[in-house]
Amino acid sequence: MARQEMDSQVSALRSMMSRRGFFGAAGAVGAASVLAACGTGGGSANPSASFPADTSAADKLVRWANWTLYLDVDKGKYPTLETFKKQTGINVDYREDVDDNNSFWGKVNGQLRTRKDIGYDIVTLTDWMANRMIQYGYTQPLDAAKVPNKSNILTALANVAFDPGRQRTLTWQSGFAGLVWNKEKLPKGLKTIDDLWQPALKGKVTVLSEMRDTVGCLLLSQGVDITKPISDAQFATALELLSKQLSSGQIYKVQGNQYKNDLINGTAWAGILWSGDIFQLNAENGDKWGFALPESGGTLWSDNMMIPSTSSHQTDAMKLMNYYYEPAVAAKVAAYVNYICPVQGAQAEMEKIDPKLAASEFIFPSADTLARAKTFVGLEAAQETSFNDQWLTAIGQ
Amino acid sequence: MNAPVVPVPAAGVQAVRSTKAGTRRRWTPYLLLLPGLLWLGIFFIIPLASLLMQSLQTPVPNGLAGQFQQTWRFQNYIDTLSQPNFYNAMIRSFTYSFIATVLALLIAYPLAYAIALRAGRAKPLLLVLVVAPFFVSFILRTIAWKQVLGAEGPVVSTLQALHLVQQNFTIYPSSAAVIAGLTYNFLPFMTLPIFASLDRLDTRLVEAANDLYAGNLVAFRKVTLPLTMPGVVAGTLLTFIPASGDYINSELLGGSVNTTMIGKVIDSRFLVLSDYPAASVLSFTLMSIILAAVWLYVRKAGTEELV
Repeated sequence: MARQEMDSQVSALRSMMSRRGFFGAAGAVGAASVLAACGTGGGSANPSASFPADTSAADKLVRWANWTLYLDVDKGKYPTLETFKKQTGINVDYREDVDDNNSFWGKVNGQLRTRKDIGYDIVTLTDWMANRMIQYGYTQPLDAAKVPNKSNILTALANVAFDPGRQRTLTWQSGFAGLVWNKEKLPKGLKTIDDLWQPALKGKVTVLSEMRDTVGCLLLSQGVDITKPISDAQFATALELLSKQLSSGQIYKVQGNQYKNDLINGTAWAGILWSGDIFQLNAENGDKWGFALPESGGTLWSDNMMIPSTSSHQTDAMKLMNYYYEPAVAAKVAAYVNYICPVQGAQAEMEKIDPKLAASEFIFPSADTLARAKTFVGLEAAQETSFNDQWLTAIGQ
Repeated sequence: MNAPVVPVPAAGVQAVRSTKAGTRRRWTPYLLLLPGLLWLGIFFIIPLASLLMQSLQTPVPNGLAGQFQQTWRFQNYIDTLSQPNFYNAMIRSFTYSFIATVLALLIAYPLAYAIALRAGRAKPLLLVLVVAPFFVSFILRTIAWKQVLGAEGPVVSTLQALHLVQQNFTIYPSSAAVIAGLTYNFLPFMTLPIFASLDRLDTRLVEAANDLYAGNLVAFRKVTLPLTMPGVVAGTLLTFIPASGDYINSELLGGSVNTTMIGKVIDSRFLVLSDYPAASVLSFTLMSIILAAVWLYVRKAGTEELV
């Protein structure tokens, strides 16, 4: 009992600290960003006309905003970053400043609009926010000659809808959203989204509060290709399915990664959830949960590095990106963070570090698996607002 | 008595001096109030005014998400408040926090009474125990409640083992779990003010009532309770106001559609949708309703001795 309580406390802490721990954001950073977001006046919609002159050579500095627990760490230092500093003489100011895409956006969008330095040379944001950054002209192009390792990117990630050919962004880490089930309760496992609606799972299903992951999986199950523009009618049909399952009580909750507690305490038996969390949970609690992409396909999300339009350290930033796309370096990061590694060749390097991890479908998914994972299309601003509004209304917010 | 003889020529000087002193005396209270007024002005009045203005904005035509202009559109209030999602969440918030306040009062009063009047040497220890939960983060404690109330947690398992409930019975997530969480989280805010007034209670008055043939119940109703009303008023305010705006409990212990409280709605509309006017309308309305309710309550209950 005590042991179980300890575990739950630890996992509670973890879920608060982990990459998608959105309560930290909602609570602490929320207040600050709310203030920062207050200035909502006019201003030009296209600040990309010119970028600051490159002062990389003189400054030798890269300021990088990333999520928490998202880089290999050892005794308060980041080994791969230390190596980079030694190799290049470039100083890296690494800050775990991103708790939540929305609150980070709230914090920086005013300065980006008025072209004031936001204090970062690389920001790491999720696909849909990367899409927004590009649409608003808040990113700088990557010079392929300065990032030759860019070609190491996984084929599945090379041509995302919001940035074909990766002209302005480069994947940091990726993950799946798909079917998760408790192996004890459901020894047969789950294969399709429809399997979630079986009577035995009434009140035991939970889905993600990340609109693109949940609606994405539902759309795929309805035969919609989510990598192509989505019509209002298609979106409405998917939301109808969600509302039906919510009002019948089949889905008991739509939530962020606090669902981990529910899996542990037996409240949730199944759901549409994130692969990275299940990897961690299985490592901590015995191999209790299964994960699979639905037969109709699951979503592939990524966090992407990009250079904000206000940065004057473009070359140094690109050097850093290039460094992390060396397979050996990427393997070291993957061995720590356990998300999908976006770099080809890292699997072979991982064999030298930990053969068990190298065989993991969670970190190095097979081509078969990757073929079934889709990235949600980049939405136009007006459609994004409308979809978000309908989504929030459907889940009671 | 030797009245001091005031030399006539000096009277003028004295008058001047006393005017100066009078001026100083007149300004002193304001000077002393200045830090407080500045604080109130900068951190309350200005944000409040900006919130009110923001609630009257409309999107910039063809602008980006989160870009709004001041158009003084009062229709925003009608548009926003007529959405079922919003007013339902608002009504739910007040209902939850009202029930939680009543429950907290019912638990806190006997608790404070026991600590203040019956605990003897254990008083300081018991007081520390009341405050002890504050040493752990609010969110962590609420997450712990999820484990306690979860499907395989101690509460449900015990009830099932005693065959009091069906096998598929659940407490979390539900309205009951949210209200339980609110009650638990705000209990110390209710207990401490009531304890403070009970601790100051002159027990000789109760003895006098007993001497005058009042039974224990009557003595409590006529003497103890009226004398500790300031603590009760302070405690209910400290519980009801933050509980109405709280959304952590509903988010963690509730489900999704039927237990959403207004705080969560405001948060989502602000951060996810960047719909600042709607979020401001909801915030401002929430605050006005709380203010009106508190005003009525305080007028009824009296504030003369409010701690």
